[in-house]
Amino acid sequence: MGQVSTAPAEIERPESAEETFAVPEPDVPWVTLVHNDPVNLMSYVAYVFQTYFGYSKDKAHKLMLDVHHKGRAVVSSGSREEMERDVQAMHGYGLWATLTQDRG
Amino acid sequence: MAGLFEEIPGGGVAVALDEVEISILRSLAVQLLELVGPGDQPAAGEDPLAALFAEGPSEAPSDPALARLFPDAYGDPQADPEDAHERAVRANSAEFRRFTENDLRERKREDALAVVRSLDALVTGGGSGAVLKLADDECRRWLGTLNDLRLTIGTRLEVTDDDDAAENGELYRLPDSDPRKPMVMAYLWLGALQESLVETLMP
Repeated sequence: MGQVSTAPAEIERPESAEETFAVPEPDVPWVTLVHNDPVNLMSYVAYVFQTYFGYSKDKAHKLMLDVHHKGRAVVSSGSREEMERDVQAMHGYGLWATLTQDRG
Repeated sequence: MAGLFEEIPGGGVAVALDEVEISILRSLAVQLLELVGPGDQPAAGEDPLAALFAEGPSEAPSDPALARLFPDAYGDPQADPEDAHERAVRANSAEFRRFTENDLRERKREDALAVVRSLDALVTGGGSGAVLKLADDECRRWLGTLNDLRLTIGTRLEVTDDDDAAENGELYRLPDSDPRKPMVMAYLWLGALQESLVETLMP
């Protein structure tokens, strides 16, 4: 599966004065977010981060705790196509993931 | 005490299952297959090539368990769905879904089918159960299906973080008369099985 999106990214948020100034920049990175859910085992989530992303045991464990305690965590960043691939992989593992353009 | 996955010296994992456990696992895997659906196999007489290029759905499944197995790829789950930005990204989710959901369904199906096949290959007799041995590639399929089953059952039981946090939430203190009790027992058992399998696979 290659690139699946051709629509331009919509990043304007009219309700926020600060972000109405945001102009879509092609080089603004995208991020993959993994969201907390009450079912997935903490050990399994850490296992997925180690196995798929190749993260160290410590990094995978810390990201897993971030997901658990903060509700979500950024697990990867890159181009939109790369993040779609990561999100697709996370869904394959049963993790709840979304991608978004990093406005941070 | 239910058997748990253990590493086999030389590779692979093994778990001792009694006949009731084998039957429950098989039944749950078959129910998962029915839930996930027939995939995009061409019907009799249809062009198999057409199925290859068939587009998937653009709308999220209405069944909450399926919606959890096949979530939206774009959008903030905590945001107001009427927010202008959220409406815009919904179109991205729809497009992503059209190009990925069929593949994902097919993978989940193949994993669950592999689980059923490995259970059917067990030789049981005399009520003694059997030892299930899995090679590395089967482990990944089992891990996926155990997780899909827990996501499905957890969604049906409406498991919350409060249940999870203390392990003594309402769901875990149900009286035996509660109709949810057997499903909760299965949910906990699948969790223990999956936990032990993850431990053996941890790099």
